Amino acid sequence: MEIKKSSIAGTLESSDIQIAIEPKKENGIEIELKSSVEKQFGRQIRKVITETLQSLGIKNVKVSAVDKGALDCTIKARVECAAYRAADAKEKYDWEVMD
Amino acid sequence: MERLRRTMMFVPGSNPGMVKEAYIYGADSLMFDLEDAVAVTEKDAARFLVYNALKTIDYGTTELVVRINGLDTPFGRDDIEAMVRAGVDVIRLPKTERKEDIEEVEAVIEEVERKIGREVGSTKMMAAVESPIGVINAYQIASSSKRLIGIALGAEDYVTNMKTKRYPDGMELLGARTQIVIAARAAGIYALDTVYSNVDNEEGFRNEVELIKELGFDGKSVINPRQIKPVCEIFTPTAQEIKKSIDVKRAAQDALERGLGVISLNGKMIDKPIIERAERVLQLAAAAGVYEEVMENEK
Repeated sequence: MEIKKSSIAGTLESSDIQIAIEPKKENGIEIELKSSVEKQFGRQIRKVITETLQSLGIKNVKVSAVDKGALDCTIKARVECAAYRAADAKEKYDWEVMD
Repeated sequence: MERLRRTMMFVPGSNPGMVKEAYIYGADSLMFDLEDAVAVTEKDAARFLVYNALKTIDYGTTELVVRINGLDTPFGRDDIEAMVRAGVDVIRLPKTERKEDIEEVEAVIEEVERKIGREVGSTKMMAAVESPIGVINAYQIASSSKRLIGIALGAEDYVTNMKTKRYPDGMELLGARTQIVIAARAAGIYALDTVYSNVDNEEGFRNEVELIKELGFDGKSVINPRQIKPVCEIFTPTAQEIKKSIDVKRAAQDALERGLGVISLNGKMIDKPIIERAERVLQLAAAAGVYEEVMENEK
């Protein structure tokens, strides 16, 4: 999947995470994370973001994430949503890949 | 034992906090909403959220229902595909007007089940009737598919179409409720009542639950965890009802063992409908956790 434009998904409500995605030409996946639980869970949040992007075939992207205590499944959902929005691929979902 | 559906709690599919915590309040079913509770611009976000939650969170024995967007919107097809893949128990159709609405959704469900190797027929369906034509076609809808587990009334659109509004006594819904519960019983599926939106009016809510129980509904849609307890209390049989039902069942068993055709209890004749009602009372009592209690006190 190719990231064509900037996009955002998620809110700043409790239990959510806001994911902003920007296209990048090279240097892989770059994540900037703000979280009140960064010390405890920062590594895990970054891991979920990275793995979700990789599973969608995204190699170069800048992610800005503001976490409000989201579960892993919420992080995954927000990253998937932001990625599809940024790829301009709404309504062309590949559920096989996400499964 | 048949499943109890006394309370079906609506959970906006776009809210991660509620999607995460909804099951702790003890509703019999949770209905994650991808339709009216979600803004048009957030349909994709809600679908991803509910999809991932269903695949990950252990909701125990709570029945998981998702209200999808109709197939006449750009979202309906992906809603079905994602939810069947996520293993949802029941797909709920909004604004069902005729049996073809059910058949069209069923065809998409079956296509996805075949594609992913899920047992064909294992994804159940329920229909929400929200219009006068839907009410008129209630039996046709209720009997249109083996997947259907229930039919529900959605009152807000219905009363608007009927050129009326919600009234405290519920008279404006009597025709629709009656038609729906008769259709459900004739088709052998569950009947679920509409929401009561004034969460602060517990007395009004209780009156409405008493009314729908009297009409024969199996349960009610709830929009707030505070509404679960009153519904369960009203649908929970009293100690006296439970004792009477136990006596009826014992008398029936005794008559069966002795080969008697006619059953008598305290001089009154007991027949099949009375035995079935007694069984229903005991099921409700067991689900509410009061059956054992009554048995204990009886000893």
